[in-house]
Amino acid sequence: MTLSTEELLEGILDGNHRALARAITKIENRQDGYREIVSGLYEHTGSADVIGVTGSPGAGKSTLVDKMAKTYRDRGLTVGIVAIDPSSPYTGGAVLGDRIRMASNVGDMDVFFRSMSARGSLGGLSTATADAVKALDAFGKDKVIIETVGAGQNEIDIVRAADTVAVLVPPESGDNVQMLKAGILEIADVFAVNKADMDGADRTVQELEEMVHMDDGHVSVAGGHHGMGIETDVDMPETGDESADAPEPWKTPVLETVATSGEGVDEFLATLQEHADWLAETGQMTAKRRQRTAEEIRTLLREDAAALVAGELEDHGGVDALADSVLAGDTDPYSIADDVLAPVAECLDED
Amino acid sequence: MSQSQEERSIRCLVAKVGLDGHDRGAHVIARAFRDAGFEVIYSGLHKAPDEIVQAAVQEDVDVVGISILSGAHSTLVPKVIDGLKEYDAFEDTLILVGGVVPDDDKAELKEMGVAEVFGPGTPMADTIEFVRENVPER
Repeated sequence: MTLSTEELLEGILDGNHRALARAITKIENRQDGYREIVSGLYEHTGSADVIGVTGSPGAGKSTLVDKMAKTYRDRGLTVGIVAIDPSSPYTGGAVLGDRIRMASNVGDMDVFFRSMSARGSLGGLSTATADAVKALDAFGKDKVIIETVGAGQNEIDIVRAADTVAVLVPPESGDNVQMLKAGILEIADVFAVNKADMDGADRTVQELEEMVHMDDGHVSVAGGHHGMGIETDVDMPETGDESADAPEPWKTPVLETVATSGEGVDEFLATLQEHADWLAETGQMTAKRRQRTAEEIRTLLREDAAALVAGELEDHGGVDALADSVLAGDTDPYSIADDVLAPVAECLDED
Repeated sequence: MSQSQEERSIRCLVAKVGLDGHDRGAHVIARAFRDAGFEVIYSGLHKAPDEIVQAAVQEDVDVVGISILSGAHSTLVPKVIDGLKEYDAFEDTLILVGGVVPDDDKAELKEMGVAEVFGPGTPMADTIEFVRENVPER
């Protein structure tokens, strides 16, 4: 049974699970017709709250996502989940194991859970994920959750597809906290110290809170006019460049959860909602979505341009042959790039 | 732009259905499929046929491999197949069964739409080869 692009689109808007699943496959595989699908879905998106959940492996992401979905379902909301697991850099194969944790939602088709592998190679993962999220949004899901291991730049990009990002931190990860400081912790809108019933949770909460406070100080020093920025410990005087009606900045809350028992999940969801409300009230949501869309346009153009260039490369004898000619000392990469792009540049100049 | 930068990957669901709690074999298969470059979704233990259907439909897998060592294959496999049909997912999904299945039952399962039954001792390479050759065109 092969569904045409129109049938898939129609199916998704009609609430057909099979059509949604097949469309996501097409999007993932960059198969013929996927662009038409995503284009067609666009006007139906924008109503879902998109939540990113990330954290180190074993932090309890899948278990928490399961409890989140369950709680949303109990409130009568529908949920879509995209869970990303790493793929093997050698074979491209992957074991996608997040589904196992979805015990609270088995048999409930209104929780649409989709596993995706990182597929390493092209770096197109973030576009494919963002497009899959659009499909779930257009399908009519109230909440869409993106779950991914927070290990690298790519993951951070994916999580940026979300309106609200929660970073899960397991207890006793003091050293990790230090290590992660310049990475994943920066993107958090909400911290959840999961497995809060374990030893060391209090300390981790405290360390995170200290870090959040430190960030406060850091921001105002950078934004103020204090020259050297030495007097950090002094209470910051009003610097005048922040007008009185400037939006209250969001202060990243640190919560405690026990995903296995569901403890703290209600509060966690309430905080996510607070953040969503804050985004809406301060106009940050519009800014965020504009920025995200701009980034999408750039990425797409880059990918498309790269595909065009790949065709040009073939006409020039293929990249391997060109590399050989550089190694043989006949030319250099810059001259080749100029040659290959010359017709493109010519076309553009004519306009 | 109509170029498709296709990167198709074979997606498999490795499913444990019913009360049988032996998943060593399923783990070995999952690992071997992964090393063959497939994307493997493992269901976990003790799943009901409904859950397998839900997973197969949502994940849009090409292959559903059902591992049953309890002898309940004649009860459980038809339920999975019926469920897949309900979602129009039967036609283009390759259904495999792994486990200890008597010859008579084997014929019966195949008649129902199971593509192949792999008994104990089947070389892993054979299973992978079979999947590669028989994965449905989509």
